[in-house]
Amino acid sequence: MPDIFQYEFMNRAIIASVLVGATAPAFGVFLVLRRLSLIADTLSHVALAGVAIALLTKTFAPVIALAATTGAAVSIEELRMRRLLPGDAALAVFLYGSLAIAVVLISIADGFNSTLFSYLFGSVLTVTQTDLWWMAVLAVIITLFMLMFSSELAQVTFDPDLARINGVRVHLLNLGLAILTGATITVSMRVVGVLLVGALIVIPVLISLRITKGLTRTVFTSSIIGVFVSVVGMTIAYYADIAPGGTVVLTAITLLVIAEFGAFAKRYGGRHEHQVIVEDHAHAHESHAHGVDDEHTHR
Amino acid sequence: MKSSEPFDTKSQKATGHSNKQLRPDQIPVRFNETWFSYNSEPVVRDINFSITPGEFAAILGPNGSGKTTLMKLALGLLIPTSGQVLLFGQPAESFTDWHRVGYVPQRTQAMEFRFPASVREIVNFGAYSGFSPFAIFKRKNVARVDEAMEMAGIQHLAERRVSDLSVGQQQRMLIARSLVRRPDLLVMDEPVAGIDAAGEEQFHTIMRRLNRDLGITIVMVSHDIGAVMREATTCACINRDIVFHGPVHQLDAKALSGLYGFPVDVLMHDPEHTHR
Repeated sequence: MPDIFQYEFMNRAIIASVLVGATAPAFGVFLVLRRLSLIADTLSHVALAGVAIALLTKTFAPVIALAATTGAAVSIEELRMRRLLPGDAALAVFLYGSLAIAVVLISIADGFNSTLFSYLFGSVLTVTQTDLWWMAVLAVIITLFMLMFSSELAQVTFDPDLARINGVRVHLLNLGLAILTGATITVSMRVVGVLLVGALIVIPVLISLRITKGLTRTVFTSSIIGVFVSVVGMTIAYYADIAPGGTVVLTAITLLVIAEFGAFAKRYGGRHEHQVIVEDHAHAHESHAHGVDDEHTHR
Repeated sequence: MKSSEPFDTKSQKATGHSNKQLRPDQIPVRFNETWFSYNSEPVVRDINFSITPGEFAAILGPNGSGKTTLMKLALGLLIPTSGQVLLFGQPAESFTDWHRVGYVPQRTQAMEFRFPASVREIVNFGAYSGFSPFAIFKRKNVARVDEAMEMAGIQHLAERRVSDLSVGQQQRMLIARSLVRRPDLLVMDEPVAGIDAAGEEQFHTIMRRLNRDLGITIVMVSHDIGAVMREATTCACINRDIVFHGPVHQLDAKALSGLYGFPVDVLMHDPEHTHR
């Protein structure tokens, strides 16, 4: 058995990474495609304020963080729905407001700086059995939500007005999406830290968008990539003795760069090939007749 | 499609106003003294008219005239500031029988970027019939989806990525999506904008078939007077209020000049020789 599995803390860290790697990017597909990545950033700062409150009041941090993100998610969605504030303004108010709360609370109590830092940058090696259960329950809830509302989520992501006219209750679904974004962040913050949570939600999705086709497949591929980068990142971090959260995100970014280069090379090669084929008059005529010239459709 | 026998709409086409004997739930759209304002500025004023079953109605007007607002009111996407909009007899904002309504927007949010869904996945959205917790395990309506894609002429694009389609192909995909649900009413926003002449002709061929053979009521927001004159049966001209509403052959230069605020010449086709 590799020595990485000899330590119980390391086993817990790997299980936590798999839970987070599978959940955060799958959920992230709907955020990225709706250009709502910023909501993940905002709610991660809200979670940080929640953690600061929990440390000050000596309560269980994930529960307070979840309560804080849920409250913020509902408020942001209501503000946006009632058009009291434009969507991005509402996000900015919550992002800076919660960061300010966290900063003030840190200044009040000097004692918990190191614990707070572990939430800022992740501390997967200190994940306890209770943390793990808590993460598993949230991961199951998030996965069930995505399975049960798969069609509705896909429709709202494609176009909210069309979804509404199709009979989808868009407002309720948006509310659910925002609340579970908070839950996803709460699950993920122990692994990569609140500052890097957004990366785990977004980057595997970008890789998946490069290499796969179909919405359902994109969700599953994102999840697989998420698990892969989390486990690989964690293993590298263990052997190189470096920060696990940052290593996971850097692993994901490396994979993204490879995928982008691969796609670029394929496109460049494809274009070169296309030029040769176009000389074949019959083929050129056929592609024109179907109006499906790949290189000239807008992507 | 919905009925095996073609919808007999000739009597209604003649006037577009034969709704006296119809039950309220048979009238696709009815505007009752409808006003709508953004802030305090009215965008549409005191709108009163109905769209009857089987009509091919065009909503015509210059930019900023309120025609898209009128369409959004009809679909319950906007709530009237005063008055009422009825969709099959129900207030549009609390309408529930969405399976009777198809909507084809001009563009959707998702068309750009690398939206990963395949054409088949999007068309399949049209088969949605409400929340079901086990929907993911349900069998998909493959036959209906195939039929709708065939009608819209996009069956060869079924496995393509949405973001790889041309504007015309995307629009036909959205038409297919709305046909899967076999609607009684099809609402379209500027459907031929950005489409080349061949694509436009293909679009109108599909529309004629839907309207005449299948009896689907069509409401089309447009600023293309020529296409409206050729294809629609009735027309509502709007410039904040309704300037003209009636059969399209009664639409004359005077009504159009009133609509646009400058003289408009109209070349009328002989009704015997149009393909209506």
